[in-house]
Amino acid sequence: MDDFDVSVVIDNLPFLWDGLQLSLSLTGLAVLGGIVLGTLLALMRLSGFAPVSLLAAGYVNLIRSVPLILVIFWFYFLVPLALGRPIGSFYSALIAFVMFEAAYYSEIIRAGIQSIRKGQVHAGQATGLNYWQIQRYIVLPQAFRNMLPILVTQGIILFQDTSLVFVVSLRDFMTASSIVARTEGRLAEMYIFAALVYFVICFAGSLFVRRLQRAKTA
Amino acid sequence: MISIENISKWYGEFRVLDDCSSRVAKGEVVVVCGPSGSGKSTLIKCVNGLEPVQKGKITVEDMEVTAKRTNLTKLRSRIGMVFQHFELYPHMSVRDNLCLGQEKVLGRTRDESNAKTEQLIERVGLSAHIDKFPGQLSGGQQQRVAISRALAMDPIAMLFDEPTSALDPEMINEVLDVMVELAQEGMTMMVVTHEMGFARKVADRVVFMDEGRIVEDRETEAFFGNPESDRAKDFLAKILNH
Repeated sequence: MDDFDVSVVIDNLPFLWDGLQLSLSLTGLAVLGGIVLGTLLALMRLSGFAPVSLLAAGYVNLIRSVPLILVIFWFYFLVPLALGRPIGSFYSALIAFVMFEAAYYSEIIRAGIQSIRKGQVHAGQATGLNYWQIQRYIVLPQAFRNMLPILVTQGIILFQDTSLVFVVSLRDFMTASSIVARTEGRLAEMYIFAALVYFVICFAGSLFVRRLQRAKTA
Repeated sequence: MISIENISKWYGEFRVLDDCSSRVAKGEVVVVCGPSGSGKSTLIKCVNGLEPVQKGKITVEDMEVTAKRTNLTKLRSRIGMVFQHFELYPHMSVRDNLCLGQEKVLGRTRDESNAKTEQLIERVGLSAHIDKFPGQLSGGQQQRVAISRALAMDPIAMLFDEPTSALDPEMINEVLDVMVELAQEGMTMMVVTHEMGFARKVADRVVFMDEGRIVEDRETEAFFGNPESDRAKDFLAKILNH
């Protein structure tokens, strides 16, 4: 290990930073989109109207039975076909992540909604609030407060999964690290550094989750 | 004002309500009692359509609850309801609990709903707690807030579903006092309760239920003085003799 040289990291910092920014923004947007779409899917799944609930259940089960990498491929090839024009790797990957994560989020959110006592819905109904108002003001705020730790945990998993976007030639943090590693011939330094960065971010995330859980039980 | 005509309701094979009929006139207070599992709570939840019925007809003023075309949301906004477990919204302050319906359903401005809220909360003696959250209040205080929340909608009638059953004994009276006051002001009330003292004091009529059926529906004095059915005699003996 005499020639262990950390200067390779410093020299390539701007390039790596670009990659990290892509990973983080993809994660952030996908979490946001996944929660919005996931909430909608959860509400559909809990609907008393069978066609709507079956449609959501079918979607969730289909997506959850397919590897993420395949979904990324699908959208990379299908979205341009559907739209008639290319939309770029980033957006196709983003759509794939949102569609994929929504299936997982919807199951978390569904459990969250079901954890709210039926009496709360009755109270809202008895006041004359309509279905959407009850969800918006009474059920979802309580459900999300209960679910927050799991939602963040899922976000951490998603952050790690963004490393799969190399398959559509996006330069995320993992891909950037491996490009540097190969072109500079510094595999050990770069892969240790990459692991360290992932560890720090994910560990910080899980500390945050623990704090949320403590706040919830306090 | 409230008329219940021959309603029946099944949970699968099990018949929870069996051909029940009764009525509550404007300004009247009717107490519904009976052993647990007799269908009292189900009956009262049918009045504002929280529970659907399979047979029979319920009307509240000129609105037919059981008709398919009825706008249930609008109907419910005019009938107040108080629940056994209070069902205050735990993520909102007392103030917001009362303001939500006023603003989202009745379309009152923040100022209007605030004024109404403060007036109602003062009436139940909880002004000091108006910006607290339900979790910071005792059960009796929460239930008084819940009554105020229902009153904030200016209801034409109030339904109470075992409002004191979940309370510690020393808190029952503070809730009953509010209800007695309401009754004396002429509010139309239908109250499911085991509080026979309350019934004697303010009820015009008592409805006694057993196994999904309305067994007795009589003037309060007649019911307590001389119950007709053995089931009611039995029930009263158990509930009054200690």
